[in-house]
Amino acid sequence: MDLEFLIKYKMFYISGVQNTLLLAIFAVFFGVMLGVVLALMKLSKKKILKAIATAYIEFLRGTPVIVQIYIVYYGLPNVVPFELPDMVWGIVALSLNSGAYVAEIIRAGIQAVDKGQMEAARSIGMPHNMGMRYIVIPQAFKNILPALGNEFIVVVKESAIVSVVGITELMYRADTIRGITYKAFAPLMVAAVIYFIITYTLSRLLGIVERRMSAGD
Amino acid sequence: MIKTINLHKHFGSLHVLKGIDTHIKKGEVVVVIGPSGSGKSTFLRCLNLLEQPTDGEIIFEGVSITDPKNDVNVQRQKMGMVFQQFNLFPHMNVTENVTIGPVKVKKIQKDKAQELALKLLERVGLPDKAEAYPKQLSGGQKQRVAIARALAMEPDVMLFDEPTSALDPEMVGEVLDVMKDLASKGMTMVIVSHEMGFAKEVADRILFMDDGIIEEEGTPKEIFENPKSPRTKDFLGKVLY
Repeated sequence: MDLEFLIKYKMFYISGVQNTLLLAIFAVFFGVMLGVVLALMKLSKKKILKAIATAYIEFLRGTPVIVQIYIVYYGLPNVVPFELPDMVWGIVALSLNSGAYVAEIIRAGIQAVDKGQMEAARSIGMPHNMGMRYIVIPQAFKNILPALGNEFIVVVKESAIVSVVGITELMYRADTIRGITYKAFAPLMVAAVIYFIITYTLSRLLGIVERRMSAGD
Repeated sequence: MIKTINLHKHFGSLHVLKGIDTHIKKGEVVVVIGPSGSGKSTFLRCLNLLEQPTDGEIIFEGVSITDPKNDVNVQRQKMGMVFQQFNLFPHMNVTENVTIGPVKVKKIQKDKAQELALKLLERVGLPDKAEAYPKQLSGGQKQRVAIARALAMEPDVMLFDEPTSALDPEMVGEVLDVMKDLASKGMTMVIVSHEMGFAKEVADRILFMDDGIIEEEGTPKEIFENPKSPRTKDFLGKVLY
């Protein structure tokens, strides 16, 4: 395989990787914030909050990401009165999607904490919110962390799909190089290897963190 | 101290408590016995509103705690509870388990709370476990820490929900000893238990519950030596052999 193009167009790949990581980091960050809110809504006793969160989560998990990206990219700019860079719309679309998955991870993590823990907290006079804060959430966090790490890896991979609306991340850059060089195959292989290096590194890091945390048990 | 008036509890279509009227007096040790499914744990859990009664009233120290306007968090501080499954906080060490209530709920200074915790751990015989985590303790030790955690709130009454049922037999004694010590110091206690020998020894009054009502009550002598209800007789015949 002739890899000469790699030297010539390496800046394409580098800026692509930068944008991919940027997309993933911001999408997971906002996804987690949205996920926390949705999870608490879903666990709330107020039926209306629960219904909204459930509907949102089901809808976002039940439709293809690519459809959601098109809707965000071609729909939202019409209702937002100011111009925003494409990257922002990419982050918005991925965050809205990731938030639905993160919400389920957090909800499951909180529900996995034994019911007796909240009862014990309440029995020493803690109000519900205090019990959540000092007793339930710290234990849930430990259950949640590995799954959240996985979600980050998933978002890194799924971010490739925002190339369809012209956001210049790694996949888009690989396509660009294919167009310039008329090489159909090699630029994609390079992109695949880069994606794999990113996700494999992340999953190894995650393994280390997990082992650290279980050692503390 | 605690008065229940016509207490009812439904779980869906299941009618678990069918009108409980009783009065637990200051300093009294009340042991609740009865077959499983008779509602004794539900009754105990209603007393600090871990279960919300469907009907009836609970009056604690002159306040109707079942009143919707009442903030039960205030009364729960005065009602210590010990669970069958201990329910220690696994992410905190023994001292933190004991001090979190006083520090976060009562806003007592940390060093004062730690002093109190050490005193209580000595009282339950575990001063050397102050730094240990729950998973490093045996069942009996866990339950004694749970008692210390409840006592740290300086409650007026202690509620025990089958405190020895999840313990290996050789560890039952150490927990009962701590409870006996508490009783002898005048603590008001309501205990759901299957330990008949213990009930006989420390109870001022026995409540025999069956099918959601108090079938019979009286002193240990009355209940164990001269039960009146046929159902009490039947139950005691099965558990005392």
